[in-house]
Amino acid sequence: MTAAVKPASMVGRPAPLIDGVEKVTGVAKYTADLDATGALVGRIYRSPYQHAEIISVNIDEALKLPGVIAVITGDECDIPFGILPIAQNEYPLSRDKVRYRGEPVAAVAAVDEKTAEHALSLITMTVNELDAYDHPDQALKKNAAQLFDDRPGNLEREVHHEFGDVSAGMKDADLIQKGHYDCGEVTHMHMEPHAALAEYDVERDRITLQSVTQVPFYVHLRVAQCLKLDTSKVRVIKPYIGGGFGARTETLNFEIIACLLARAAGGKVRMKLSREETFLTHRGRPHTVVDLEIGMKKDGRITACTCRVQQTGGAYGGYGIVTILYAGSLLNAIYDIPAVKYDGYRVYTNTPACGAMRGHGTVDVRYAFESLLDQMAGELKLDPFQVRRVNLLNAPTETINGLKVTSYGLPDCLDWAEKASGWKTQKNNSSQTDGKPKGKSKGLSKGLGMACSHYVSGAAKPVHWTGEPHAVINLKLDFDGGVTILTGAADIGQGSSTILAQVVGEVLGIDFSRLTVIANDSRITPKDNGSYSSRVTFMVGNAALQAAENLKSILVEAAAKRLDAYPEDIECLGEVYRVKGGQGSDLSFNDVVTEALVDTGTITVKGTFTVPREFQGGKYRGAGVGPSMAYSYSTVACEVSVDDITGKVSVEKVWAAHDCGYALNPLSVEGQVQGAVWMGLGQALSEQTRYIKGLPVTANILDYRVPTINDSPPIDVEIIESMDPNGPFGAKEASEGALAAIIPAIGNAIFNATGVRLQDPPFTPDRVLMAMEKQRPSGGAG
Amino acid sequence: MAKTIISLTVNGKIREDAVADNTLLIDYLRETANLTGTKMGCDGGECGACTVLVDGEARLSCLTLAKSVEGQHIETVEGARISGRLSKLQQGFHEKLGSQCGYCTPGMIMAAEGLLRDNKNPNDDDIKQALGGNICRCTGYVKIIEAVRFACDGDGS
Repeated sequence: MTAAVKPASMVGRPAPLIDGVEKVTGVAKYTADLDATGALVGRIYRSPYQHAEIISVNIDEALKLPGVIAVITGDECDIPFGILPIAQNEYPLSRDKVRYRGEPVAAVAAVDEKTAEHALSLITMTVNELDAYDHPDQALKKNAAQLFDDRPGNLEREVHHEFGDVSAGMKDADLIQKGHYDCGEVTHMHMEPHAALAEYDVERDRITLQSVTQVPFYVHLRVAQCLKLDTSKVRVIKPYIGGGFGARTETLNFEIIACLLARAAGGKVRMKLSREETFLTHRGRPHTVVDLEIGMKKDGRITACTCRVQQTGGAYGGYGIVTILYAGSLLNAIYDIPAVKYDGYRVYTNTPACGAMRGHGTVDVRYAFESLLDQMAGELKLDPFQVRRVNLLNAPTETINGLKVTSYGLPDCLDWAEKASGWKTQKNNSSQTDGKPKGKSKGLSKGLGMACSHYVSGAAKPVHWTGEPHAVINLKLDFDGGVTILTGAADIGQGSSTILAQVVGEVLGIDFSRLTVIANDSRITPKDNGSYSSRVTFMVGNAALQAAENLKSILVEAAAKRLDAYPEDIECLGEVYRVKGGQGSDLSFNDVVTEALVDTGTITVKGTFTVPREFQGGKYRGAGVGPSMAYSYSTVACEVSVDDITGKVSVEKVWAAHDCGYALNPLSVEGQVQGAVWMGLGQALSEQTRYIKGLPVTANILDYRVPTINDSPPIDVEIIESMDPNGPFGAKEASEGALAAIIPAIGNAIFNATGVRLQDPPFTPDRVLMAMEKQRPSGGAG
Repeated sequence: MAKTIISLTVNGKIREDAVADNTLLIDYLRETANLTGTKMGCDGGECGACTVLVDGEARLSCLTLAKSVEGQHIETVEGARISGRLSKLQQGFHEKLGSQCGYCTPGMIMAAEGLLRDNKNPNDDDIKQALGGNICRCTGYVKIIEAVRFACDGDGS
């Protein structure tokens, strides 16, 4: 007889990734690893011009080259694409104009790499060059050349929102301060360069694309659209993905180009982009200028805030409208601010298009906000922790712009970070205001800083308003007693497949040994909107929970039938089903499955999840960006040392508290929070993409400086569990929220160390040194 | 391009293959030997994802000509398992979550393996030095250090 004891929980315990063994053994197949037997090599010819009208693209010589099977240009596709149905203004291969250096103009399919490379060198283009702009100030000038005829002044979108009475709030303030912040553009730099494998079935006019995407469903739609194929003729498969961080949350040009090439060549095409091309494909966080004004009472209470944001969007729309809306919307939902005015401007420039990047739209504004809070705390002789505490939300609550906060662990985050960092003892309980370093040794000034941040757990409004549920999960149970989870949720390394297995296993009382996750094959798995806005754990997790409950009730019914009992009298102790109290015999999981399959055979059940209407935001224009069913909260403290001679900033230690609602997998939560904090640290210290006349000068991993292991500090993570009422088992997001806080925390720590307040991340040694020189009594370089 | 027959040992097996004189070791491993565990993460020498062991020493296979390792012993991540079980390093990367997306993992594991061959009990500075050329974009390296510690004597605590 099986020992009838309740098994260990599948949730709430640290679980290694369900696909971790494949990753550590080299078995995991990423797109470039897939069998490409017989595949042609696809390569892209990119514009050497930054902004130009295309007169002609000459591919004749390339086509004549032996071994070249197909060469295509913008003539191949006259349908624009883009992630937002209202802002599709990009062609896979440019047609009328090129708008940035490196924009795809033509593509070649050839028998091998060398031939493809040679063919590219035979392609030429004739153009009429136009004035081109790296910087929004140039693009916004009167009489500037227009990137798009329907966007006069190169202004993609402006947003003007005011909630509450801002002028009254400012009048009520004891202190009003302004700050001007200029945040450099950054990019995802996922480790896996872009790649795609497309196979066209000539007989059936069907296309199969395997690609590096976070959003296979959106890719599916755009491929069908651009190839003018019925969606049923498209199949999209996502293999293992080497990171995304938002880069792959929209259909990217090379994915469509690979499909167009495969069709033109009548076969299979493999496209592996170089690291430089991967940088060019971009979609990173835009260069963002923030002008912020905060009104505050003497006790630190915020009375009002005005914020002007200008984002350098690059050459195409992408997610731009969403990014500029997020920047304003999420000024709210972290603190209780009675009045907020927001003016956002998204500008087109002749640089690779920006898009969504971890902490989408919120990061640079949060940096500005938390920096100014720190500055004002200093002015009012208040402790930075105290300033946050007096402005806490009284959750559950609804913000002035219609965001519903249902769980709020920020107070606990603050408490932990304050204690863990030794704030009170090490920082003498006050912010640096006198310009004198607090701690100093061997030419190093040391300082502590802190800041807070938050993020959505899934955008409540989907990109496509089709009326479908926001997430669907299918479970399959068959004669073998194995449970297969079928999902469209894209595991990009964040561990979403593991989380879904944990949720299903918990409900069914089974462990990983019975569970298999099959994800992201549009022919097999249910549609999912994809991995972005930290939606998967919350939304797909809830769908998985429902699906598992549906399957559980079938199993309980079957057990009841076999045991001649009522279903409500059945208890499940892991895999053991029996009548409550243990009268009679126990059934094993396989016994129950056998019974459940009688007359029906293979069981498939479904679970769905939809964000209720009341969580989808207000009625004003732009209200759809920012609403979420739950928000995560973070407090990050850090210690830095600043070299007085070189200006080099080193982060010595980070303490990060993150409220993820409930940690379904504490190991994953820790890993995600560490990764997010570290990515923000890169943005704070060293990362920036730069262009000179449109030429990317940082399109490699040496010049785009992501921190190495030697630049990276220990990051202590504390998981705060506020038990969200709507999250699966109380969970909300863990992968993005903590990123934003580290940037201002570092800036504030630099101020604490040196008395210099920097306003233009990354805080590279030259910038730090120049700022320190300016304030040295001797006058220094200034 | 002229081709040469080279003989070398890959994960303990002797191979003979015709390779062009300019074939990179990474391309030889991935395209000829079908060992796709070794990854290309950059345009050459910037990220460490392609790290393999050549006669026990960590080397960037993207900066190494296949012809230049004639007669030498090459080890890739595919050869790291011991009788089908994960090596202690692989176990560390798996259980301590030193691998998230997994793309840098093969290079990390081979670079760490190179370190442990020389130094059975490295301290954190040794680990950082050995992995200083391997970029990871997911973990912030915290759990990578824990993973390597796990593989050393003790339990990484």
